[in-house]
Amino acid sequence: MSGKYYKEFIKGVFKENPTFVLLLGLCPTLGVTSSAINGVAMGLATLIVLIVSNVLVSMIRRFIPDKIRIPAYVMLIATLVTVVDMVMHAYVYEIYKVLGLFIPLIVVNCIILGRAEAFAAKNGVVASFFDGLGIGTGFTISLTVLGMVREILGAGKLFGINFMEILVGADKWQPALIMILPPGAFITLGFLMAGINYIKEKKHKEVK
Amino acid sequence: MDISKLFAIIIGSIFINNFILAKFLGTCPFMGVSKKISSSIGMGMAVTFVMTIASSITWIVYNYILLPFNLKYLQIIAFILIIASLVQFVEMVIQKTSPNLYKALGVFLPLITTNCAVLGVAILNIQEGYNFIETTVNGFAGAVGFSIALIILAGIRERLEYSEIPKSFQGVAIVFITAGLLAMAFMGFSGMKI
Repeated sequence: MSGKYYKEFIKGVFKENPTFVLLLGLCPTLGVTSSAINGVAMGLATLIVLIVSNVLVSMIRRFIPDKIRIPAYVMLIATLVTVVDMVMHAYVYEIYKVLGLFIPLIVVNCIILGRAEAFAAKNGVVASFFDGLGIGTGFTISLTVLGMVREILGAGKLFGINFMEILVGADKWQPALIMILPPGAFITLGFLMAGINYIKEKKHKEVK
Repeated sequence: MDISKLFAIIIGSIFINNFILAKFLGTCPFMGVSKKISSSIGMGMAVTFVMTIASSITWIVYNYILLPFNLKYLQIIAFILIIASLVQFVEMVIQKTSPNLYKALGVFLPLITTNCAVLGVAILNIQEGYNFIETTVNGFAGAVGFSIALIILAGIRERLEYSEIPKSFQGVAIVFITAGLLAMAFMGFSGMKI
């Protein structure tokens, strides 16, 4: 039994990774990943909304008439996002300021509505919980990786620690500012995807 | 009414703070419907239409309903409801009045509800404290900037079809890098002072 839930979880991280495979939720992926810590924070905020919305949608799936299910899900998600928005405003104000507009925009993140419609509306509460956990974790990992690459290249730091300066010395290291500016987001994601494609092709050849 | 401020908003939203390339709002349709110029023009028109109307209606609702009754915390819920029903309504009106336009925009209209640019501009207008005219102008200009970026990318992608691309970069990877270069070009506007 637990093996099934583990499968739901692990599929979200790799096989159905929302960012690199399904290409969902691109706006926050590109918009907030100028540093690793922002990526983690955005990923976690989305993860929480995703898990709660998956569980709630799965709980009420038998009571909602089929015709109005999408508006009902949207209302549910908007309520959850409002709660997250208020909690973050109250307790982690620094991160709230940086993420800014992208917190209310979790409402229109296609991952959440997509999982509600494609998974939670058809599956039990526990399975939906693990599906949300898996997809959310996959999203968080992607955002963190993207944030880490951009922060190292663009600022020479990792989680705020001056990592490149320690490694090669301050005079030899010149950060490429463009990587933490908007163009860097597109370019980093493009190269990461090309890298993933390359690994996939190699594996494919080995199998043959 | 201060014309120069309006002008600054228009240039700012179209070029300097382009919605897609500088603010990352509406990246999903940017990647999804930029394969052909014709469909990107359709999407651009539909977004312009909805974004302009949505900006003004959300502004009215916020300032005359949410604020007087102290319901500011309902902002996100109210805005998404307004946008979703507006999209439905626009779809019905266009279907009845102009079947040709409906054929051109039809497929794209439902997609707009989950376009973060629409909700994004509504929230931004409130945050910036714009008045009614500035809000409408900002919504329109933002949408025009969105359409311009979308159409440029579609043009490049049509050419990419015929060029040789390394195997790992084929598909979305090269599109992201193209968008990055486009964003770099648009950064040239960022030094502009109005």
